[in-house]
Amino acid sequence: MGYKTIIEDNIDILVVGAGLGGTGAAFEARYWGKDKKIVIAEKANIDRSGAVAQGLYAINCYMGTRFGENNPEDHVRYARMDLMGMVREDLAFDMARHVDSSVHLFEEWGLPLMKDPKKGTYMREGRWQIMIHGESYKPIVAEAAKKSADKVFNRVCVTHLLMDDSKENRVAGAVGFNVRTGNYHVFKSKTVICGAGGASNIFKPRSVGEGAGRVWYAPWSSGSAYGLMIEAGAKMTQMENRIVLARFKDGYGPVGAYFLHLKTYTQNGLGEEYESKWFPALAEMVGKEYLDTEGQHLSHKPIPTCLRNHAFISEVNAGRGPIHMVTMEAFQDPHLEEIGWHNFLGMTVGQAVLWAATDVDPKYENPELTTSEPYVMGSHATGCGAWCSGPEDVSPPEYYWGYNRMTTVEGLFGAGDAVGGTPHAFSSGSFTEGRLAAKAACKYIDDGKAEGIRVSDEQIANLKKKIYKPLETYRVYSNEVVGGSVNPNFINPRQGLDRLQKLMDEYCGGFGVNYMTNEKLLQIGLKKLKSLEEDMEKIAASDIHELLRAWELHHRVRTSESVFQHTLFRKETRWPGYYYRGDAMKLDDKNWHVLTVSQRDRKTGEYTMEKAPLYHLVSDK
Amino acid sequence: MPTFVYMTRCDGCGQCVDICPSDIMHIDKTLRRAYNIEPNMCWECYSCVKACPHHAIDVRGYADFAPLGHSVRVHRDEEKGTIAWRIKFRNGKKDMELLAPITTKPWGTAFPKFAEIPAPSQAMRDSELLFNEPKYIRLDDGDLRSLKTAGLKLKEGVYY
Ligand SMILES: Cc1cc2nc3c(=O)[nH]c(=O)nc-3n(C[C@H](O)[C@H](O)[C@H](O)COP(=O)(O)OP(=O)(O)OC[C@H]3O[C@@H](n4cnc5c(N)ncnc54)[C@H](O)[C@@H]3O)c2cc1C
Ligand code: SF4
Ligand code: SF4
Repeated sequence: MGYKTIIEDNIDILVVGAGLGGTGAAFEARYWGKDKKIVIAEKANIDRSGAVAQGLYAINCYMGTRFGENNPEDHVRYARMDLMGMVREDLAFDMARHVDSSVHLFEEWGLPLMKDPKKGTYMREGRWQIMIHGESYKPIVAEAAKKSADKVFNRVCVTHLLMDDSKENRVAGAVGFNVRTGNYHVFKSKTVICGAGGASNIFKPRSVGEGAGRVWYAPWSSGSAYGLMIEAGAKMTQMENRIVLARFKDGYGPVGAYFLHLKTYTQNGLGEEYESKWFPALAEMVGKEYLDTEGQHLSHKPIPTCLRNHAFISEVNAGRGPIHMVTMEAFQDPHLEEIGWHNFLGMTVGQAVLWAATDVDPKYENPELTTSEPYVMGSHATGCGAWCSGPEDVSPPEYYWGYNRMTTVEGLFGAGDAVGGTPHAFSSGSFTEGRLAAKAACKYIDDGKAEGIRVSDEQIANLKKKIYKPLETYRVYSNEVVGGSVNPNFINPRQGLDRLQKLMDEYCGGFGVNYMTNEKLLQIGLKKLKSLEEDMEKIAASDIHELLRAWELHHRVRTSESVFQHTLFRKETRWPGYYYRGDAMKLDDKNWHVLTVSQRDRKTGEYTMEKAPLYHLVSDK
Repeated sequence: MPTFVYMTRCDGCGQCVDICPSDIMHIDKTLRRAYNIEPNMCWECYSCVKACPHHAIDVRGYADFAPLGHSVRVHRDEEKGTIAWRIKFRNGKKDMELLAPITTKPWGTAFPKFAEIPAPSQAMRDSELLFNEPKYIRLDDGDLRSLKTAGLKLKEGVYY
């Protein structure tokens, strides 16, 4: 294969994946590292890449300290309750105390934020969310990144991180290939900020065939942040904490603005309120601390997202589905009706397409809701990701090893979905985390921590061989059979993805088994995953586009393996409604009020699991 | 399909190929026009639809749940800073036009010019502050929040 090798050397900060986290990193890096070489490697086009490609209608994380609305510690309390305790409070506090400054930057750059005409504040959707006209959210933040970086490599899919050959456990850059030219790209860099996003399409989606792309998280969210970091040997945390979303059926249109701003509510197929009746039994399962059925109106503690899912799932299982969103009242107000539609057009156009296609007019008909397939990500109401250092002035010793958002691999930083234990960061928080990581990365370099990095030609050559192997496999074996997609010597990336999704669904608690799993199932699933991994050696790509899919699949498989290991390790049902361990149906604070941490051995592929202390830094009010 | 391209409108300019985050808009080598090579990896994100200078791309809802006969069209105007939508229901009963702003500033003019901004001092580097903070948090002189200023004490760790 005659692909050129293109080496970009002397990079100080390499940003891998420029979504919300990566753009924040590139921007901030320019300020602290005026003379540093900042390079972006992004598998799509940064103007419309990542989860925010089609826009957003809300910024879900804004304190409003300026208006006296909230303080960072309030947000930590909220995120902690929503995640049933399992939050890295140092990271959450740190993100929250900086996040407003990011939002104010967005406004300065031209992002239209809606204002409350009476109060002069930003229009609130809920306590933490503000409303925006965010169709161009991504192009706006991309502009900041483009103006800050020395070079932006669009359409370069990063497949592996480079490791320093002179010092164990230190990053040295990354490699990947250009999905247009096929060229092999080598980025030699002192630090890497990984913002390559969370994982959709790991579990079998509810939509089939042509519709399989209609997932809640973008189909191009290939778990690359996790795949890259896990293979580099970074410790991961909370990978069992996958998320299931309650959304409008089939289109997965967002419900946030509907609930919070339009004041809609849900009911079962008989038109009854159903949620509260599941809570007393659930309170026994999770404990009063997390669901105070009597004192809720006094404590005002939010009901965790997963527990609301539990009520939804249970009601449907009891035969009283479908669950409806009551829109008919709110939509009589033309202003609210317009907001309802704008909300989709700004961030999930597919839902508008679906309602137009099925003649669902929410003014005259209450639309159906559904619970999605699970996703693995670290910035929404869930906190999967790498085990990272926190800020110096907040973090206890176990959470602090010098550089904010640095993983356990030296010089490798995370942002957004990549960082574990930091749920409820959303778009603004992800961008902020990128900024924090960038400042720390500059400091790391200035402290001389990146001296003497060496990348051997051998490492570069070996990775090249590995990356293009699927093309070679196809070339060698495709002509052995007459034609078609069935070949005894290989499978193609789609076939591999279908297999992964099926086994994750059936053994790791997907929608097909009502989000239920247990030790036995997990063990079988892991075994099947192992054989898929063996077959990954024989994956075949007929062109460069399929090569992209092959490496996305590779990252998805790595992510899945980690999810399996973590789910096996945490022997309790911490988040009913996200998934259930049938053999440990209760939340078990005595044994499991801890964070889970895993590490995959870079050489052997073996996992080690450990419990890490969970510090509650912020006291209850 | 989800997206598809009208043969007579497309001139093969490649704008859609350049923008699709899923890498699925490709140019057909024989026809020299664009098409969606992998509909089941399409998010209906409309990035390509918005980018097409000839309005050649349209979306037909996913076949596994969306019947035929609807349309959701879009026109994004960077100069004016607006986006216009038209939604037509399958049954013809609803035909909506919606308009929203996409930016408040002329495109790409409002970013700080770092070259003209003095480099941060050592004290700033040693602090927890980010660019233009604390001003940008409160837009006044309030300081950055720490556990101490928030009146919080480090609580005991909870361990198994
Ligand atoms: C439908 C939907 C609605 C949402 N609603 C809201 C909302 O209302 N408000 C809100 O604040 N947040 C919302 N979010 C959440 C928000 O979008 C995410 O929290 C945020 O985008 C995560 O940022 P990130 O940088 O981690 O990932 P992303 O923004 O997804 O960025 C990841 C980037 O990495 C690139 N990449 C991936 N793999 C590779 C690779 N191998 N090589 C190179 N590049 C790679 C991708 O192309 C992408 O650009 C929503 C998300 C979705 C999907
Ligand atoms: S952007 Fe429009 S005109 Fe250009 S190639 Fe794509 S479909 Fe054709
Ligand atoms: S709608 Fe989005 S995912 Fe689908 S082809 Fe267009 S740009 Fe690609």
